[in-house]
Amino acid sequence: MDRVPVLKIGDILLVSIQVDMDDNTALALQDTLTERIVETSAHGVIIDITALDIVDSFIGRMLSTIASVSRVLDAETVVVGMRPAVAITLVELGLSLTGVRTALNVERAMELLELSRPARASSLSVVGDGLDVFDDDSPVA
Amino acid sequence: MTDMSTAGARIAGLLHERHDEIVRQWADAVTYAAKGRLTVAEVQSQVSEMYGALAKLVDSGSRDLQVPEAAELRAVLAELSRSRARRGFSPSETSIAVLALKDAVQSQVDTSDAGLLASFLWFSRLVDEFALFTFETYSRAREELIVEQGEQMMELSTPVIKLWDGVVGVPLVGTLDSARAQVVMEKLLQTLVDTGSAYAIIDITGVPAVDTQVAQHVLKTVMAARLMGAECVISGIRPQIAQTVVSLGIEFGDIVTKASLADALVHTLRRSGIELVRRAQRGEA
Repeated sequence: MDRVPVLKIGDILLVSIQVDMDDNTALALQDTLTERIVETSAHGVIIDITALDIVDSFIGRMLSTIASVSRVLDAETVVVGMRPAVAITLVELGLSLTGVRTALNVERAMELLELSRPARASSLSVVGDGLDVFDDDSPVA
Repeated sequence: MTDMSTAGARIAGLLHERHDEIVRQWADAVTYAAKGRLTVAEVQSQVSEMYGALAKLVDSGSRDLQVPEAAELRAVLAELSRSRARRGFSPSETSIAVLALKDAVQSQVDTSDAGLLASFLWFSRLVDEFALFTFETYSRAREELIVEQGEQMMELSTPVIKLWDGVVGVPLVGTLDSARAQVVMEKLLQTLVDTGSAYAIIDITGVPAVDTQVAQHVLKTVMAARLMGAECVISGIRPQIAQTVVSLGIEFGDIVTKASLADALVHTLRRSGIELVRRAQRGEA
């Protein structure tokens, strides 16, 4: 069975789907991804589907499920690189991938996630460097 | 079929015997009908080509345009009607080119010869069939021309233009049917990928009327762009259109709509973090 690698960049997980997705691959990906989100307390998940020529209702539902699961774990999911033909097909099928955010490419997705960075226990250690979650006017700083 | 073959034989003989006279008369009639749009030499070469192919078919005694012997004649007739359709000749002007042959032959027929007359009637039906064939090819060529022009128009009328770094615009002009909507959608989405633009403005100033179908097409385009990670703004909604949209009960949902392209551009620039300010003039507050 093909496995889809999950890469960690900072506190973002990057999944680039390069293989044909079947039911087992998709379920395995959901499992791996959920575990990795908890493990790394990632705040964002980027799923790159540039290589996918076909996105059917099954893959569509998988993307929605991943987004929902990630949201429960307080991570934002961004789907990137959808091809025009795929987008048209999804619209014609009436699938709108509810709850899934989209971006044109990985770079933009990272910008998007940067803007919505939530407060995290793992990032509290950097307080004092003036870098992170708490602003100057925050009472803790 | 035997009597048909003999009937064909009589007229075939006449066609060979009076070749020069018939071709001359036929060419004269065609030249006259063309009203100076074709040169005499052009007509003459066309006519003698047709005449040669026709004489061969008549010799074979067949009156069916589908037999292999008629292949040459079919090709000649098709070429004639196609070239005339493209040069803007009217249908009757085109079929006259074939039908004039009847008059040319009739003038050579000795009316007191009953056998030859019967043979001429047989021949006349044959020419009618040619004329029908010509007309059919003519209209087919015209239809091809229309389809071709339609495609060209579609190409011309859907440009996707870059308005700013990361902002593209699609000025829709003319009626938006399913085929055009599809072209526009594909072109816009492809441009979004190619340029990496996160914003698109669909301007419908040039769309004469917005009905539920047009709205549906625009909404689909916006949804598809969203799936790819780009945001669409609809602009150029004229007062009349706005009223129609509301009375039809079309919901644009959370899609941003603006009255003018300028407003839409300012909106997208602001969204992408660019603020436009007017430089203060001296003397102004």
